[in-house]
Amino acid sequence: MQNNLENDNKSRRKFLDKGLKIGVLAAAGSVALAKVFGYRLDEGAEETVELMSTDGTLMQVLSSQIESVPEKKIDYNPREGFPNRKFVMVVDLAKCRNAKKCQSSCNKNHYITGDNAWIKIYKMQDNEKSAPYWQPTLCQHCDEPPCVKVCPVDATFKRRDGIVLIDNNRCIGCRFCMAACPYSVRIFNWSDPWQGEKAESIPYSPDYSGVPAQKGTVDKCDFCPHMIDKGEMPHCVSACPNDVFSFGDLYEDTVTNGSGQSFQLSKLLKDRAGYRLMENLGTAPSVYYLPPSNRVIDFEEGLDNYTEFKSVEKSEGI
Amino acid sequence: MSTDFDQLVYDLAPRKFSWKGNLWVAILVVIILVGSYSYVQQVRQGLVITDMRDYALWGVYISNFVFFVAISLVGSLITAILRLSGIKWSTPLTRIAEIIAVAAIIMAGVTIIIDMGRPDRMLNLFMHGRLQSPIIWDVIVITTYLVISVLLLYYPLLPDFSILKRHAPESARVRKWYSGLSLNWVGNSEQRRIYSRSIKALSILIIPVAFAIHTVTAWLFETTYRPGWDSTNFGPYFIAGAFVAGAGAVVAVMYVLRKTYRLENYITDFHFNKMGKTLVLLCLIYLYFNINEYLIPTYKSTEEEAVHLQSLFTGQYATLFWTAIIGGLVLPVIILLFPQGRKPLPLFLVSIAVVVGAWWKRYIIVVPTLSHPFLPIQGVPESWRHYSPTWMEWSITFATLAAALLIITLLVRFLPIIPIHETSEERGLVDAAQTK
Repeated sequence: MQNNLENDNKSRRKFLDKGLKIGVLAAAGSVALAKVFGYRLDEGAEETVELMSTDGTLMQVLSSQIESVPEKKIDYNPREGFPNRKFVMVVDLAKCRNAKKCQSSCNKNHYITGDNAWIKIYKMQDNEKSAPYWQPTLCQHCDEPPCVKVCPVDATFKRRDGIVLIDNNRCIGCRFCMAACPYSVRIFNWSDPWQGEKAESIPYSPDYSGVPAQKGTVDKCDFCPHMIDKGEMPHCVSACPNDVFSFGDLYEDTVTNGSGQSFQLSKLLKDRAGYRLMENLGTAPSVYYLPPSNRVIDFEEGLDNYTEFKSVEKSEGI
Repeated sequence: MSTDFDQLVYDLAPRKFSWKGNLWVAILVVIILVGSYSYVQQVRQGLVITDMRDYALWGVYISNFVFFVAISLVGSLITAILRLSGIKWSTPLTRIAEIIAVAAIIMAGVTIIIDMGRPDRMLNLFMHGRLQSPIIWDVIVITTYLVISVLLLYYPLLPDFSILKRHAPESARVRKWYSGLSLNWVGNSEQRRIYSRSIKALSILIIPVAFAIHTVTAWLFETTYRPGWDSTNFGPYFIAGAFVAGAGAVVAVMYVLRKTYRLENYITDFHFNKMGKTLVLLCLIYLYFNINEYLIPTYKSTEEEAVHLQSLFTGQYATLFWTAIIGGLVLPVIILLFPQGRKPLPLFLVSIAVVVGAWWKRYIIVVPTLSHPFLPIQGVPESWRHYSPTWMEWSITFATLAAALLIITLLVRFLPIIPIHETSEERGLVDAAQTK
């Protein structure tokens, strides 16, 4: 188990390294661009760095060649996001057995004290004859986000890296975004969400949603930019015991699951007939689903865990 | 020396309240105070004091808001549309309509602030407003409408203020106010020219703005994907419904005022008859839009619409739905088709039914849709599936309604409810004091 975890960590680094490498390649081309990625390079100062070009060729570059890059994190703006990234997620419905580890991990790490989780595992059945399945549903981080469209004060916004976030310092609590969202992923802080000393003492940033949460404003899944920034996977991805979730970058065409296995996104979606929720609405989500065919685990196993009227463990005691 | 003109001023000048009037004001103030207590609790504890939750994310506040916007449209109907069509009988009703419009649009603004989770950040709407949000459109058109409505109330009052500053049975202080507000109106030809031109310009201007406020209010719902709101019919449907609600409100208020101030010579059975006919026409138009709104989705019965419509026709909201449609729309049409039904008292009762029905109709438009989202409601407490307003929510809602009535009452206390100047001109009466 411990071993597995270490492996997980390594492979996660690998996945993120890749992104870094493409970044470095760009850096070699233009000093201006290099500045943007500079902060990621400080660790590997004296070594050679393996780079991959866009056509997949690997090459070794002396790290001294890219030393001129400033070390500070200069250009990161929570409203703009990580440059040259486009985050996507793939949810493999064939593997989900409603273990709810994604939900409890998300709840704990975002200090959720309300009755509604940001990630929910729906018991779905499209019609009487077709098989039921479990559908983990989080913010779809749409490319045409209806919530952003209707926000009157630019409190919820879409970043260049595909993430939709909320600025809780600006939200006026009109809840129009909640009415507009067809996926029901937005939750409202109806009362003062006292989350404990620790959460309350963390300085607020839209990058780390709900920490601390504010009364009278909207929260939702943030795709965990605070984890991406640390080079780690979103909480739900790493918490899932069944590798239901894969997270990655559309530009790299790669997604990686919680065990560290990477897949070519386009191939995965083709092979498994991936789809997105309510494609007909034109919201263009960043979350893809793989149909629940050839199930790995029986649907029925999840029923023990199914609580129709209750969300899972909250973040009490943190 | 008592002339006809003096009699007219005596009849129409605002008067101090009797004990009944004072009691009425006291009752309204008490209701507002109770609501204010609840609102203070809401600000302190958050919207958790309501029964709204993540699914029923809008409730009685929003439906009440839509109701107020709807009522306010009557100002444009009576003062602008009827005036511009050259209809003379509506003269005694213009001020009542405009007073209702101003009170309603003010309370619409207040109500939307009450619904906000962070009213302290209201200025963000101006500092960070984004034009692509229908809420910003609403902010723009509602403030515009408020300004035009106030002007349309105020301009026709200028000559009346001038008359009142000379004749009003009020204290010197109040008369001084009238004097100031009359802006030195003496009624010379230049003033009259500006006066009639500005009123005409405002009357024309207010029509598109009135249509805009309610169309935009409809768009607040229509711009979402939700079944029950996802309808291209919503704009005209809301406007048609607004005229029904507003005309009902005017009838109710004019009945009460006529009775209280003994205005039988000014607001006659003829006016009730005319308003009754107008109301029938408006109800029929609204009925037509209702048929469009409900029949066609029923015919198609897509999965989501079917669930929603079932809850309206035979499910949880059936009683409310059919009461609002039949009691607030179909029966009024039938009753008002008979001349007996257009007599003051029956028409008054019908108008109350129409206004109450209109209020619940907004509730039916706002609330049921939210309990049928695209994805199933799971993983939340059972109580989140249903919405029934808490007493605090009701007390705040009643306070806003009481506040609207209080604004109307106070305006009635200090403004002539029936335009004195216009009536005197129509009757060919001259102010002796002025011609001297």
